[in-house]
Amino acid sequence: MSDLLVKIRDLKIEGRSDEVWNPIINGVDLDLHKGEVLGLIGESGAGKSTVGLASMGYTRDGVRISGGSVEFDGIDLLAASAAVKRGLLGKRIAYVAQSAAASFNPAHKLIDQHTEGPVQHGVMSKGDSEKDGMELYRKLRLPNPDSIGFRYPHQVSGGQLQRAMTAMAMACRPDLIIFDEPTTALDVTTQIEVLASIREIVEEYDTAAIYITHDLAVVAQMADRIKVLLKGDEVEEADTRTMLSDPKEDYTKSLWAVREFQRPAKPAVITGATPVVSVKNVTAAYGKVPVLHDVSFDIHEGRTVAVVGESGSGKSTTARCITGLLPPKQGVIEFDGTPMPLDYRKRTKEQLRQAQMIYQMADTALNPRKSIGEIIGRPVQFYGGLSGKAKRRRVDELLDQIELPGDQYHDRLPSELSGGQKQRIGIARALAAEPKFIICDEVTSALDQLVAEGILRLLARLQDELKLSYMFITHDLATVRSIADEVVVMKDGKVVEQGPKTEMFTPPHHPYTDLLLSSVPEMDPDWLDKLLAERGVDNIGDAAVGKMN
Amino acid sequence: MSSVLRIILQRLGLGVLTLFIVSIVIFIAVNLLPGDFAQLILGQGATPEAVEAIRKDLGLDQGLVPRYFQWLGGVLVGDLGNSFAQANFASFAGTNTATTATTVAAQIAPRFANTMFLAGVTAAIAVPFSLILGILAALYRNSVFDRVANVFTLSSISSPEFFLAYILILFLAVMNPLLPSLSNIYDGMAFGERLTRTLLPALTLTLAVTAQMMRMTRAAIINLLASPYIEMARLKGLSPMRVIVTHALPNALAPIITVIALNLAYLITGVVVVEVVFVYPGIGQLFVDSVKIRDIPVVQACCLIFAAAYILLNLTADVLSILSNPRLRHPK
Amino acid sequence: MTLLYIALAIVACVGLGWVFRLVGQQLTGNAPYFRDMGLGSAFGFALGAVVLLWVVVTYYRGMTAEGQDANKYFFFLVAVHGLVAFSVLAYFFRILGTQIGSEGSKKLFRNMPLTASFGIVIIMAYAFVSLFAGQISVTTIVIVGVIGLVLAEIVRAGGDDDAAKGIGVAFGVAIAIMVVMYFVGPLAPYGQEEVLAKANVVPGGNPAMGGDPEFPLGTDQIGRDILSRLIYGAQNTVGIAFATTVLSFLIGGSLGLLAATLGGWLDQVVSRAVDVLMAIPALIFALLLMTIASAWAGSEKWLLTVFMVIIIAVIDSTRVFRLSRAVGLNIVVMDYIEAAKLRGEGLAYLIFREILPNATAPLLAEFGLRFCFVFLTIASLSFLGVGIQPPLADWGTMVKDLAQFINFAAFAPQVAAAPLLAAGAIALLTVAVNFVVDWMLHKSSGLKE
Repeated sequence: MSDLLVKIRDLKIEGRSDEVWNPIINGVDLDLHKGEVLGLIGESGAGKSTVGLASMGYTRDGVRISGGSVEFDGIDLLAASAAVKRGLLGKRIAYVAQSAAASFNPAHKLIDQHTEGPVQHGVMSKGDSEKDGMELYRKLRLPNPDSIGFRYPHQVSGGQLQRAMTAMAMACRPDLIIFDEPTTALDVTTQIEVLASIREIVEEYDTAAIYITHDLAVVAQMADRIKVLLKGDEVEEADTRTMLSDPKEDYTKSLWAVREFQRPAKPAVITGATPVVSVKNVTAAYGKVPVLHDVSFDIHEGRTVAVVGESGSGKSTTARCITGLLPPKQGVIEFDGTPMPLDYRKRTKEQLRQAQMIYQMADTALNPRKSIGEIIGRPVQFYGGLSGKAKRRRVDELLDQIELPGDQYHDRLPSELSGGQKQRIGIARALAAEPKFIICDEVTSALDQLVAEGILRLLARLQDELKLSYMFITHDLATVRSIADEVVVMKDGKVVEQGPKTEMFTPPHHPYTDLLLSSVPEMDPDWLDKLLAERGVDNIGDAAVGKMN
Repeated sequence: MSSVLRIILQRLGLGVLTLFIVSIVIFIAVNLLPGDFAQLILGQGATPEAVEAIRKDLGLDQGLVPRYFQWLGGVLVGDLGNSFAQANFASFAGTNTATTATTVAAQIAPRFANTMFLAGVTAAIAVPFSLILGILAALYRNSVFDRVANVFTLSSISSPEFFLAYILILFLAVMNPLLPSLSNIYDGMAFGERLTRTLLPALTLTLAVTAQMMRMTRAAIINLLASPYIEMARLKGLSPMRVIVTHALPNALAPIITVIALNLAYLITGVVVVEVVFVYPGIGQLFVDSVKIRDIPVVQACCLIFAAAYILLNLTADVLSILSNPRLRHPK
Repeated sequence: MTLLYIALAIVACVGLGWVFRLVGQQLTGNAPYFRDMGLGSAFGFALGAVVLLWVVVTYYRGMTAEGQDANKYFFFLVAVHGLVAFSVLAYFFRILGTQIGSEGSKKLFRNMPLTASFGIVIIMAYAFVSLFAGQISVTTIVIVGVIGLVLAEIVRAGGDDDAAKGIGVAFGVAIAIMVVMYFVGPLAPYGQEEVLAKANVVPGGNPAMGGDPEFPLGTDQIGRDILSRLIYGAQNTVGIAFATTVLSFLIGGSLGLLAATLGGWLDQVVSRAVDVLMAIPALIFALLLMTIASAWAGSEKWLLTVFMVIIIAVIDSTRVFRLSRAVGLNIVVMDYIEAAKLRGEGLAYLIFREILPNATAPLLAEFGLRFCFVFLTIASLSFLGVGIQPPLADWGTMVKDLAQFINFAAFAPQVAAAPLLAAGAIALLTVAVNFVVDWMLHKSSGLKE
């Protein structure tokens, strides 16, 4: 017996869909030593969560382990009885889920959920466990550690919940914790705090961990070793520094390369030119809740304005104001220098045609009951008046523009396409109206990096060919870097800073922009250490935002 | 707490308002009758003078609005008016048959108590039974037990109450004379005897509502089983029973409460048919008899009572679900 | 005393379950299935086995019992035989479905539970009986043919040749069946109002017991053939319920989708009105309105039936409104609806081309449930004497009229069969529809659990 904690050999997992068992994992090996942190990365569908759960001897409903072996500290988890497994789970193996808000039971207080594990496993009495919980909360730097446990989950913010869940996982001092994308749902400024505290506590108790994520920069900070998965197969495994500096496989290299796509900067806008879209002093509210305060910016022909901000900053609301779905309380929206009616219902067909929209979730943006030909053909017919053969020709032309062969895709339903292809159809539908201006609302955030990059390149090419103007809503600064010409930074419904991209990414920054930029993890494994050393634990994340207000 | 209180008060207010509007609807519906009550009472061959006299007597010469408020005022103090055919009903009322119950209220009161007794017995059997079965079905979902339960509950939901009633009569009263098939209860009956006679109608109603409640309990729990916090509970190494009882059940309370209330409210409807089958002297039977002979004041009053009970139950469910929601109980 | 027996039985079952688990563990070498079995499930298996044993024993005793004793088992045997017969029928129907039809429909049948296949068989049988209870007229056949032609042509003009072909085939088959039935004649041996010479003939057709082979299910108190009335009852009860449900969907469905799409004051007004109407229990409200309707209809019985259809359709449409509005609201928030609105599409396009295609599955399932509800409400009204009016034969009224025969069940079980047959006919159809709807909902929810 070495210090090997988890030993997985030739693990095969199948998932049930449409009454058939399909392979999800095709023979993965995994070794984890005591006190070691293994990073498991891959794109969606790579099977990283499935492997993570399987290392606990657990599978979700509709998934089964069909072969191989999983050993935890010498115990064969696949052969162990349900009772033996229950004895390990929560006590020696713990789990931290992606969405803490959904993974805490809304009906119980945090501390009661925290103590449930130790009490049920007979590790500690309820009183001791409560005291211990408060201690852990303090270590994880939760505010008011002595009283926060007596709150219900909905009374605590997302970043704090994620740390409370880490504390809960620590409650029995397990040998192994599985972190399943614990920061994916968080804003960047919150993420950094959670990362720092998770790393600290795992180091302190010398707990082994499997850290699952799709974000390379995050895993670089957290893991000792990294394993890359692709569609249920292992691509390669190496220790973190080697992996980052010298990836062996082409797939891994391509993952690393994504971040390098960057459009050449465009010449400055001619002063005095009429912008395609001009947002002037817009103030808006949902009912009585104010969401936008005096927002102004211009979008010029053939250029991309990126609107950046964290959730709740009002960037999507700005888009709704421009399209007329949410008529602003005050302010003007101008197209080509002429003010538009604020309510979309009062706009003419021609005005509606000029501004099109591409959505974040291609799944909800395409009617699942209509074929691709119908989806793209409708605006062609509606605005262009084409029908029959002429319409079909135009649809094929559009499909060609988005790099999908028309004869293959014309009659398919959206459900038969991949995420990236669906997003392309969304683009084609917008193009079909032959607009001057397109709003792209987080169009790449639901996609894997490689696919997202394809979409960004396509949008850039179309812009050059068709002289389109984009308003690009995103929370991802990497995307901004690669595609934007101008940047608008928003926070709490106000524009914090705006200007050409080159200016925005060079100091001096507005303090909020600075915080935002500094919070984006970099591929350097020492980045988090450096940042903490530079700023101190109290000047990152929500704490820093709090100081700003 | 104040926000919960506000919401609850809002609901209460809304309930009262609904009841008020419902009373208007019922009043208007009744006044849609061709001709008027006077003619209805006296029949075709009545002399105009006699009709006029009765119209005056009943206040029918006044406008619709004053009559409504008169009626509403009466209802509020328990005066539901006079029955058109009180004499016919005295013998059915179950109470002292010697004196005639002249007012609607006097007719309804004893029967209302009987119906409440029937509904109470049913609820006492059905609610715990269906909750336990529902939890078990959720725990052993997709097992043989779950599937058999599914078939049985679906069948009993789909069957009309009178079918269930006659099947029960056939097996429990006729083929094996265990229980009486007629539920002729009266005041002053010993409790045990009363219970025995009420048991068959109560069982029929139980069959009708248990299935629905059990299915909804099961569905409410199973809906939650896919949620991340249930997975979390399993990954904490808790036993399946504990996962269901302490993690799923508290969050399923709101839908389960709603279902119980809905089904108790459904009892009100079911009671009509079942009371007729078993000749149970409750308000449902009175209602059907009054419908047949068009005894409008009784119909109107019964309708209002049924609607009030229905609204009250739904209101209770509403308030209880609000109270069971930690988000509302413990605001940020 | 009874309670003691029950407690003893439960303890015995627990013991049996424990033994069962132990034996299972020993025999299978502690396989995970038995190893992880809770005592609760083991108890369940034991209980199930005991119940099954009881059924088998009772069945055996019923089959071997003679004379007066056999009467006790009459209904039990009928139930077992009926269940087995229907299960076998459903089983073969499912096999048939997996063999013929398109690839899609074959797959559908392969994954179909027996209950759903049972439901489909029953629904088809009811549809057949209700369509051909009486003599089918040439006019009906011609009208159906014309509708089929027009429909196929419209679809063909829309450019969908495959669908047009499908419609053509479906109507062709329907007309072929109708033509055959035209020559076969009505299914019912007698008319629904026909009063025959013999009254109170006992069902069973055995002259020794007061039956008559001419009337296999006997005749009622005034001498109408019960079998014929049952068959016509299918036409009247099912037909009227179906028409009512369609009407209720036309009202509730269109209002619901409109309210969901438009929102604003229309939604507010209709929703509040529906809230009020739903605050009165459906059957009670129906009874109240029927009282008024009966006064309006006077002696015109058919008018009362029409009133009933309208009243129940309106009451029921409130429930349809609730659901279709909820379904509509779920669809309206989708981005593709927003995209269509921003394109400047009109209301009709939004509802018919964008929303409705996505709402068909839940609305279809709801149609099944609403049909059951309407059907049961009408049956209950008829049972209470204020529903479908004579001389139309209908099951609810038949149950009411024949109910007292049940009391003879102990010594002449056949006599009690008549009212139970009518009530059973109602239950069978609603059970069948519910089975199918349950399966549809399960399928569309995509829940694996």
